[in-house]
Amino acid sequence: MATKQSHRWWIPLLGWLVACLLFFPIFWMFITSFKTEVAAVATPPQLFFRPTLENYVAVQTRASYFNFAWNSVVISLGATILSLLLAIPAAYAMSFFPTKRTKSTLLWMLSTKMLPAVGVLVPIYILARETGLLDTRIGLVIIYTLINLPIVVWMIYSFFKEVPKEILEADRMDGASTYQELVHVLMPLALPGIFSTALLSIILSWNEAFWSLNLTTFDAAPLTAFIASFSSPQGLFWAKLSAASSMAIAPILIFGWVSQRQLVRGLTFGAVK
Amino acid sequence: MTSSVATRPQQPPPARARSHRSIPARLLVAPSVILLVLWMVVPLAMAIWFAFQRYNLLIPDNREFVGFANFAYILTDPTLWISIGITMILVVSVLAITIGLGTVLAVLFNQEFPGRGVARVLAISPFFVMPTVSALIWKNMLMHPVNGLFAQITRGLGLGAIDWFADFPLLAIIIIVAWQWLPFSLLILLTAIQSLDTDQMEAARMDGASAMQLFRFVVLPHLNRAIAVVAMIETIFFLTIFAEIFVTTGGGPGLATTNLAYYIYLKALLEFDVGGASAGGLIAVVLANIVAIFLMRSVARNLDT
Repeated sequence: MATKQSHRWWIPLLGWLVACLLFFPIFWMFITSFKTEVAAVATPPQLFFRPTLENYVAVQTRASYFNFAWNSVVISLGATILSLLLAIPAAYAMSFFPTKRTKSTLLWMLSTKMLPAVGVLVPIYILARETGLLDTRIGLVIIYTLINLPIVVWMIYSFFKEVPKEILEADRMDGASTYQELVHVLMPLALPGIFSTALLSIILSWNEAFWSLNLTTFDAAPLTAFIASFSSPQGLFWAKLSAASSMAIAPILIFGWVSQRQLVRGLTFGAVK
Repeated sequence: MTSSVATRPQQPPPARARSHRSIPARLLVAPSVILLVLWMVVPLAMAIWFAFQRYNLLIPDNREFVGFANFAYILTDPTLWISIGITMILVVSVLAITIGLGTVLAVLFNQEFPGRGVARVLAISPFFVMPTVSALIWKNMLMHPVNGLFAQITRGLGLGAIDWFADFPLLAIIIIVAWQWLPFSLLILLTAIQSLDTDQMEAARMDGASAMQLFRFVVLPHLNRAIAVVAMIETIFFLTIFAEIFVTTGGGPGLATTNLAYYIYLKALLEFDVGGASAGGLIAVVLANIVAIFLMRSVARNLDT
């Protein structure tokens, strides 16, 4: 439905108005991060002011910020790499050597996503405590890997399905082993798909805020938990909170903009194309 | 295409070769399946096991089998029913807002206008903001009764200020969650609209259909399935809204924003009542499964086409 340029003048106006309204809270936080603490709570609110980087400097000098940011990076990258390592062979087998049970296996994998986290909060908390994984990065990496695995398998499966079978068959005739076929032929062809799957997994892990709030206290706490610690009434640190928040969301915002198309596919399990 | 079929060697491949292949294939799927089975079965079995015990982490020695006592206790606890009611209000109202507005916005962003790409990117951005950040932006910078932007604007207009989290706490949570998830439904529904057949639209327009008629009889029926998918995925997430409540109201004032997830969290990690929290968790699992059955059915229909 790529209609010709609309002649109704109010459509661009309305479109931009809606976009700006929805984006405004993010914009306002970003602006606030460049204000002094006094200016951040000034009445009336200031749109024009002398910008300062002092909040970013203040956040940087608090060494703990980097611990939280580093935790976020390690946990989301770790979970993404681990789930790719598990998912790529599985998706390869399911898309090129399907059996009668392949479809039901895939559906069953997706159905594990329907288990509400809160339903197993107690068992997971106790398991983590007993195994010494409470408040460790490894603990969260394991959980995020398992949470995202169904989506990652499904997305890579759907990208592998798009690779023409003939290419692989030709290669197999030349005597390529399964490993060679997967790594040297299939992976390069499906690389864009694998990349956007990885982005989605990073986005989901980075923003996850149920397990990170409940299973970490300090050592392994990622940025979601760090930001949550500002919820107690510290009204006069808004500018610093804004600076910390801006840094916490900036990379993911960019990843999201880059991968919005594939995101639809991943988040709806391909039910909407 | 035809030539490649013609030159392909004798079909089908020998049975021996195929079985030789299928053994490693199964091995490749096994790790993922085994891990997910463990992830499903172990915690759920533990939850069921705990749900039949009196077990408090603060007095771990006083642990015994109590049959259905936890369920009896939980199910007669008025707080549980209040929290289920609040969960329902949250789910239904955020669904109504995101899908209603999302459909309208999807139609809007399907029109071509200057800078549409940038406008769309701005509009979907809230979805990528981590829940704790978006909750705090709204709580501190927009809805704060003294220094928040809303209060400053209404006070500037001489209307006084609203203390959102004291006077309309549930509405405040609904607004925050709706802001986060409107971009999701917009993105999905926009994708669905773009797959609409242009010819069909043109034909309807030629026949003199008005814009409203076009929307009602062509666009909306096409969106049916996408709307169903959005509703079900969102429901799964909205059933267990947690971070937004944790950061802003802490379930209060009173029980005004205590949903089922928060109720279980209070039981588990503040009262350390393992038995009671597990029983509550199982109730959440049953609720989510009712929704999941419908979701899986609609995904299954579309898989592998």
